[in-house]
Amino acid sequence: MISVRGLCKRHGARVVLDGVDLDVERGETVAIVGPSGAGKSTLLRCMNYLEPFEAGSIEIAGLVLRPDMLRGAHRATLRQVRTKVGMVFQQFHLFPHLTALENVTLAPRVVQGRERALVEQAAHQILSRVGLAERHGAYPHELSGGQQQRVAIARALAAKPDVMLFDEPTSALDPALRTEVIQVIKSLASDGMTILVVTHEPTVAAALATRHWVVDAGKVSIVGDL
Amino acid sequence: MLRTASLVALTSCLCACSGDGGGGTLDKIRARGVVEWGADLQGGEPYVFEDPDHPSVFIGFEVDIMAALARRLGVKQAPQQYNWSNLIPSLERGDFDLTMNGIEATAERADRVLLSEPYYVYGETLAVRDDSKVTSIDQLDGKAVATLNQSVAHDILLGKHVDIRLYEGVQEPYDDLVTGRVDAVLLDDVIANRYGCNMKRVRCLPADVARGTYVIAFRKGDDDLKEAVDDALQAMKDDGELRQILDKWQLWNHRQLEPAPAILEPVSGRARSFDGAQVGLFAEAAWVTLKVSFLAFLLAVPIGLLLALGRVYGHPVVKVLSRVYIELFRGTPVLLQLYVLYYALAPIWELDAMAAAVLGLGLNYAAYEAEVYRAALLSVPRGQGEAAKALGLDGWQTLRHVLVPQAFTTALPAMTNDFVSLLKDSSLISVITVIELTKRMTIASVDLHGWLVPGLACAAFYLVLSVPLSELARQLERRLVRDQRTRTL
Repeated sequence: MISVRGLCKRHGARVVLDGVDLDVERGETVAIVGPSGAGKSTLLRCMNYLEPFEAGSIEIAGLVLRPDMLRGAHRATLRQVRTKVGMVFQQFHLFPHLTALENVTLAPRVVQGRERALVEQAAHQILSRVGLAERHGAYPHELSGGQQQRVAIARALAAKPDVMLFDEPTSALDPALRTEVIQVIKSLASDGMTILVVTHEPTVAAALATRHWVVDAGKVSIVGDL
Repeated sequence: MLRTASLVALTSCLCACSGDGGGGTLDKIRARGVVEWGADLQGGEPYVFEDPDHPSVFIGFEVDIMAALARRLGVKQAPQQYNWSNLIPSLERGDFDLTMNGIEATAERADRVLLSEPYYVYGETLAVRDDSKVTSIDQLDGKAVATLNQSVAHDILLGKHVDIRLYEGVQEPYDDLVTGRVDAVLLDDVIANRYGCNMKRVRCLPADVARGTYVIAFRKGDDDLKEAVDDALQAMKDDGELRQILDKWQLWNHRQLEPAPAILEPVSGRARSFDGAQVGLFAEAAWVTLKVSFLAFLLAVPIGLLLALGRVYGHPVVKVLSRVYIELFRGTPVLLQLYVLYYALAPIWELDAMAAAVLGLGLNYAAYEAEVYRAALLSVPRGQGEAAKALGLDGWQTLRHVLVPQAFTTALPAMTNDFVSLLKDSSLISVITVIELTKRMTIASVDLHGWLVPGLACAAFYLVLSVPLSELARQLERRLVRDQRTRTL
């Protein structure tokens, strides 16, 4: 499902990723761990090209990412990648001016141009899957942190992605609220979703993942089946 | 020059209370050895104006007449620069000894100050386009006729069935006659001959529509000064010095030899009390203010948004162009922009006054809106754009569905502020002949000899326009802010 080859990424003069090779099978859940500032999030954000990179390639969900793809000719590829690869952020980044349902339906309607009624029907199903069927009309500020993060997951799922990227999905939450988010991610994994999770919390990593990647000093070491 | 000041009425109340009542001025002049007189350079040629070669020296036919009068009184003369509108109030307040600057003899003025014998007889001259068949003012029913605000010509037009267009300057009415914005111009011969009649495509009708006289004004109680000046003036007429001076300025004509016309009586077309008709006129003016402000804002919002997007997200060239636009329109007075749009561009782009008003205010406010939107766009958290990108939205979709709606909420209080400010700035469009609320107040204040009632009426109408709008915006704001009280970061 994911195949990374010779990935190099710099921030200015600083080398963040220095020739990384990785593979992920369909249905696998991989936790990306390591000290803060080591490039965990950067690696994750290369997967949907939120971070362009200088060298190497990433094959993900049947699409290939290479350096210099921000130009117009590659717009369609990037849109496809972002449809096939969902992403969830540490700070949720829900759209505050839209209800939970509207947050979920925005991309399918605008990006994929699907019909509103069908999209909304699907969105209701996705919201009930993350346990928020009743809160579809709520605005983000009316929801708890855990609920907001679950809406963010629903939003990322709306395009029916093959891969889900989670960037520190529980770090902004009180411990009491983490469980509900972890439960949702687990249920996705058990349904066969391919998942990458960046986390600095060993318990979260242990709860979710079968394999760990440890990012340190630009290199990734693989720690197999735990 | 012929304007009865719009501000005369505004300040008359104050002056009536604080003036020294006159008397003894002639003795003061003699003791001082100088007669100080009020005039306004803005009236321009040939009255009193700056010598092009020595800008600190005042010249003009009135300077020459005053110099001759002073010589005959055995003193020197010193002109004092005052706003024309304030000449009479300033005289009453005691700022100078007398005033002479194209002041016409009218019954209204004669009630208020002492007037000398005339030193010049003017004729109201009707100018039309050279291809016009019009031979008399009575053939202009329903046509647009230009004149200066609160002039005697304005009074005359109020008694006719014409569409009166009021101007602030002397050249613009004739420019607009040539371009066809107005069908005729009625102004006195001194202005008409100097600024209009020799223009291509302008024809001045030979017969005077009316005649009147220019006089010198003194404070009440200064009868001895008036007598002394009148004697000197008579002597100048007798020995030919007055004619010499008028000849020098090409102002001598047959009118000066004929019997001087009587003091002009008030024209019935003017309002005398604040009645239902006045309320109607104020409401009409308020509608103009609202319409122009609303349409201008409707123009300013999209242009402002485009400028803001250009400045924040645009190509470097677009960034620079947006910046240039904003600095240009924000850094120069909107009054200047209106003048340029309506008068300076008239030969190549003939806008009617309402269109120029909407466009001028709209383009100007777009620059302010642009800065408001830019700040609002920059205040949307970075993660919002990133989340949209991760969902596959492209640049425009992100702006349209994510960034602009959120920026709008942030910008709303500032936009409300700008709109209320625009409502009031729209008073500037009176310089391009649109009669809106503030202009209506100044007209009414002169007609009614007082500013209090027209001022209160004007304020009431502005508040009636702005308060509900502010309230509407407040409710909208409250609703929007409730929807997104806490933002995810």
